[in-house]
Amino acid sequence: MAARDEVLLTIENLRIEGLSGEDWTEIVHGVDLTLHKGEVMGLIGESGAGKSTIGLAAMGFARDGCRISGGRVTFDGIDLTAAAPAELRGLRGTRIAYVAQSAAASFNPAHKIIDQHTETPVHYGIEDRETARKDAMELYAQLRLPNPEEIGFRYPHQVSGGQLQRAMTAMAMACRPDLIIFDEPTTALDVTTQIEVLAAIRDIVDQFNTAAIYITHDLAVVAQMADTIKVLLKGTEVEEAPTEQMLSNPAEDYTKSLWAVRSFERPIKQRPTDTEPLLSIKGIDAAYGPVKVLDDVSFDIHPGMTVAVVGESGSGKSTTARCVTGLLPPTKGEIWMDGAALPARYQDRSRDQLRQAQMIYQMADTALNPKVRISEIIGRPARFYSGLKGADLTRRVDELLELIELEPDAYRDRLPGELSGGQKQRIGIARALAAEPRFIICDEVTSALDQLVAEGILRLLGRLQDELGLAYMFITHDLATVRAIADEVVVMQHGRVVEQGPKDDMFRPPHHSYTDLLLSSVPEMDPNWLTELLKARSAAGASEAATI
Amino acid sequence: MIAALVLKRLGLGLLTLLVVSLLIFFAVELLPGDLAQAVLGQAATEETVAAMREQLGLDRPAPARYLDWLGGVLTGDLGTSLLSGERVSTAISQRLLNTLFLASYAAIIAVPFAVILGVFVALYRNSIFDRVANVATLVSISSPEFFLGYVLILFLSVKTGAFPAIATLRGDMSLIDLLYRTFLPALTLVLVVTAHMMRMTRAAIINLLASPYIEMARLKGMPPWKVIVKHALPNAWAPIINVIALNLAYLVTGVVLVEVVFVYPGIGQLLVDAVAKRDFPVVQACCLIFAATFILLNLAADIGSILTNPRLRHPK
Repeated sequence: MAARDEVLLTIENLRIEGLSGEDWTEIVHGVDLTLHKGEVMGLIGESGAGKSTIGLAAMGFARDGCRISGGRVTFDGIDLTAAAPAELRGLRGTRIAYVAQSAAASFNPAHKIIDQHTETPVHYGIEDRETARKDAMELYAQLRLPNPEEIGFRYPHQVSGGQLQRAMTAMAMACRPDLIIFDEPTTALDVTTQIEVLAAIRDIVDQFNTAAIYITHDLAVVAQMADTIKVLLKGTEVEEAPTEQMLSNPAEDYTKSLWAVRSFERPIKQRPTDTEPLLSIKGIDAAYGPVKVLDDVSFDIHPGMTVAVVGESGSGKSTTARCVTGLLPPTKGEIWMDGAALPARYQDRSRDQLRQAQMIYQMADTALNPKVRISEIIGRPARFYSGLKGADLTRRVDELLELIELEPDAYRDRLPGELSGGQKQRIGIARALAAEPRFIICDEVTSALDQLVAEGILRLLGRLQDELGLAYMFITHDLATVRAIADEVVVMQHGRVVEQGPKDDMFRPPHHSYTDLLLSSVPEMDPNWLTELLKARSAAGASEAATI
Repeated sequence: MIAALVLKRLGLGLLTLLVVSLLIFFAVELLPGDLAQAVLGQAATEETVAAMREQLGLDRPAPARYLDWLGGVLTGDLGTSLLSGERVSTAISQRLLNTLFLASYAAIIAVPFAVILGVFVALYRNSIFDRVANVATLVSISSPEFFLGYVLILFLSVKTGAFPAIATLRGDMSLIDLLYRTFLPALTLVLVVTAHMMRMTRAAIINLLASPYIEMARLKGMPPWKVIVKHALPNAWAPIINVIALNLAYLVTGVVLVEVVFVYPGIGQLLVDAVAKRDFPVVQACCLIFAATFILLNLAADIGSILTNPRLRHPK
């Protein structure tokens, strides 16, 4: 994986402007980049850092509403910023390829996978259709897709997310490009699936000596993939260094702060032995129509404790939350609160029962009404549950805003659109607190946020728990979050609870084989982690279990 | 799975048709006066009117007459025209064929023309070509069809003599002759229906251009026409097909004015005459045919939407 000498791509003083309203504002402020043949460079940074925009600019491409306003992008001697559209098209797909974040959205639903694969080589006369199809099947086999002879003839919706992501990598390889832009290729995948995709990408990039720009916000992932790492912040470069050096000895404060987030951990609380559980889920089954999604789920949540519910997508975490809130009545079993069974449907619950359990959602963007001011968003539950009005209500809203560390005078009259992602999530928390609940369901509340912002939210939730004695049911697929804040852990798979217990027990062997798979799949900062893990797994013959 | 869906829709369509037949029958009942009054005129005495009613069976209660009529329809008997004594099916069939001929003629030109034009304006969106096409089709859809018809007659018939202004039909005409003689009414209809379909094609395609798979196609080096035709259009069919169905239904059921302008012997004229003369069996039969046309075309649109959706065509 050593950097080769010959320069493939240079980006000099790249400036990109984005259209906001009527005006063009600069979003990338003079970034330089040099990439050698066969080199893999990781671009990392939080959202808004300009990673994807720079990645696309390396293909001479700017999204609608963006334009390259200055600087030069030179690919193998060709100035992409000055090239004619037809010349650029001739390079795209053949010499520079792109792998998008969501393969499910980036494959055209109307065509078979293999037809999309062969499109570029056939269009540019590089191969005829038959040769291109054979080549596709070989690439599918190399990327360890099941049934490589057959899988290409399916439509995208008939293939799982992890497989699609590998098929998209194969598609990028179709013309054996010199450079591939990987734009967060594993962000949308579960950890166990991510491993397979990472390994497949790394092997194939190695094998064909392809240079790559690997864009991600996940440091541990980039550590596995890149030779060099460039850290970006708000459209400017923070620093660049070889991977080993960047991980062990980052120079800049910002990079250090990114690294430090990963070590955040709250002290664990012991479950008090003498208390009754606040919430008790007793053997519930649930189904969407004829499809059974929960099977005999049971666990308790004690006052003031944080119970993390973890599992991959489709494991039934959010469905359990829907049952607890009464949105989806279970088909079997009961949910008890304070020693009494709750009615199954929220329509049948009393206002006080509703008040006790509140919810915070993953997408603060869509969970807040964009047309309603903050004071009303927070004020409505306070009015509904506590009957506050007039000056009392205003005072309560201000109190809640202070509780979530936002200045009341500055935020009271804003609309959600005028807030950042982290601030919106804080409003979501305040809205839940307004009901004065004893229990809050947090459904992937930090998944959509950058690491630093997410850490701020986790610290806030921790502080609120200490001050108000709240209990949390914390739904997440991210084990780093679990490690940071959970007291107890419930592991779910295919609608069942496979393991539960105090956090320390869960992170200490021996565990259930599925828990083990989940835990070992979480990328670590050690650049050799992926290599070692794959070695260990194939040695243990556990590789079948990881092939999802 | 598709067969089951089609059967279900067909069943629902029949049910709709039943409800529609009820509505038609009792709406016609609500029309002031009846055939006896219409034929005998103002001067007729109560007795003569009553005698004629009895003769025509109009004195029986409405529900009984509805059931009779419905029973007839179900056994393929649409009744006899009160006015001419002719079988309704005979009176209608030639007219219906004429209307279907004109509708097909217009549709065969308009549908491909509108969709292709829609693809082109989507490809060259916001260009001069796009704007001119949009304005031109908007003008044609906003003008009343009789006005369009007369304008065409003025320029293509009266001034240049290129096409006949009156679309009279005779049984012994050759197809070429038929097409020539009905060209102006067909062109009028094409102008009326093109705008709707073209604009929907354009909107449906442009709506998809922000999709990640369109960006992917562009990043794979595909030229713009291929991005539109191969990547956007196949995903845009559902709304386009629905608008096409709506316009086809219009071509069958909404062309009375065009028929009048060109003196074309279609079903629309027959319906208007029958309403004026209170010839209820003919009115009911025409309305039922119109309703069936709408239901069938909507069913066809639903099936078309399913067939163009790979998720429904190829379940997991």
